[in-house]
Amino acid sequence: MSDDVDLFAQQATNRRKSVWLVVGFILFFAWVGFGGDLAYALLSYDPATGTYHHAFPYIGIFCLAAASWICWDSWRNGSRRVLWSTGAWELIEPATPEQKQLMNVVEEMAIASGLPKPKVWVVKDDDPNAFATGHDAESASIAVTEGLLKGLSRDELQGVVAHEMAHIKNLDIRLMTLLAGMVGAIALLSDGLGRMGRGRGIRLDGSLGGRSSSGRSGSSRGGNPLGLIILALWIFTLIAAPVVSRLLAMAVSRKREYLADATGAQFTRNPMALAAALEKLEAASGATGSITRGAAHLCIVDPAPGMLASKEGFLADFLTTHPPIRQRIIRLKGMGYQQAKREAHAAAG
Amino acid sequence: MSTVVLLVVLAGIVLWVIGAYNGLVSLKNQVVNGWKQIDVQLKRRHDLIPNLVNTVKGAMEFERSTLDAVISARNRAVGATGVRQTAEAEGQLSQALGRLFALTEAYPELKATGNVAQLQEELTSTENKIGFARQLYNDVATQYNTKQMQFPTNLIAGLAHASPAELWEIEDAGERAVPAVDLSLNKPAS
Repeated sequence: MSDDVDLFAQQATNRRKSVWLVVGFILFFAWVGFGGDLAYALLSYDPATGTYHHAFPYIGIFCLAAASWICWDSWRNGSRRVLWSTGAWELIEPATPEQKQLMNVVEEMAIASGLPKPKVWVVKDDDPNAFATGHDAESASIAVTEGLLKGLSRDELQGVVAHEMAHIKNLDIRLMTLLAGMVGAIALLSDGLGRMGRGRGIRLDGSLGGRSSSGRSGSSRGGNPLGLIILALWIFTLIAAPVVSRLLAMAVSRKREYLADATGAQFTRNPMALAAALEKLEAASGATGSITRGAAHLCIVDPAPGMLASKEGFLADFLTTHPPIRQRIIRLKGMGYQQAKREAHAAAG
Repeated sequence: MSTVVLLVVLAGIVLWVIGAYNGLVSLKNQVVNGWKQIDVQLKRRHDLIPNLVNTVKGAMEFERSTLDAVISARNRAVGATGVRQTAEAEGQLSQALGRLFALTEAYPELKATGNVAQLQEELTSTENKIGFARQLYNDVATQYNTKQMQFPTNLIAGLAHASPAELWEIEDAGERAVPAVDLSLNKPAS
């Protein structure tokens, strides 16, 4: 019963965090838009005529519309976009024994978790990895790489699929998929607006320079200090946003891997199989080339393990998307030993 | 004033009765649904077994008795009714199948034909599905049974035509126990 409570708490947390993510994202875009408008307006204020060159906040309105559209699109098409970015193809009619086995294992885990059967996708990549995406259990997809199908035994594959089903059941996928869409959008925005901003900055400098030289006789000329501060803040946000959003994606995905391991082991009742699978995934330490950074936080193991991949601690918490595999294996084995001990007890009693 | 209080209390009781009644009915439906899920998989298993036996028959002439045991266990399972009888018959069928699979290991040429490996995968998967569906069924049935017995829901159990659902008990020694789940996100003790 206690794990049920934990599950519902986790679902509630993920629902809440998803809402906050969307709210934060829209607020961020609103700031980028209206902040930009405000800076531009203040800097283009002409005291001589008392008029603004930039009176209508069209950047803000555009950004707000864009943010709303991106949120809606991440919700509706986020999973499709993630799958598309990895080049996955949907497995409908299994052709090989391995594909048939994958299909069967997914069906088994759907029954074990009490969820509808998710769509199954295969990523053309020889490095073993897997991920789940979607915004709820009905729209969920599970994708595994070809390397995973080739390298794992039936029980190990079951463990990995159970882990992914746990992400679906916990609603981790909702938060992660939204995040994937937004990280991508922010990177694009920062690049695009940054370029635009630089262009405008030069123009503003020019007009400012022109005005300050012409207005040397006037007393209150020389640019609006408030406008300059807002402009500086605005540029800073644009530079920092991609980094912050990436850090957010990393920090948010670490803790839930442990939880998904535990919930998955409950579905299969076989924690040792997932531990064995993780050992194999760790041994194949090559990078999963077809899974890009934008979707890294969705995977069962980090597709591109870096220097900090095996470390715990504050810095590693921030800079990696996944907890160290060693730690996860130790915990799963702990579960397995306790299970074996209780079985021995039951047999003796 | 007192009539208002009385009305509020009455309304509260009526609302509770409706809620408890609907809760019991919904659980009952979940139990029925859980059993259906098991039934679907059992049917599939019963359909697969003759295929398997026909495929291996030629190569396994000398294992006549094992094959016969599988067939007769399968026929008993098909005829079984009720939870207890089904559970028993299916348990025996699992054991007979287990023996057959153990024997096929001695016939590598059988596994090489692909067809047998495919059937074996299908049967393994079906067996797993039966196992997981049984877990789900037992969970819901236990919840349903507990609810009917607990006070005060037991007062309206008769009204909702609730009767205890039979659990699918297993005596299979190879059955896996539930692992202890440590969700505290700490290293396991011991």
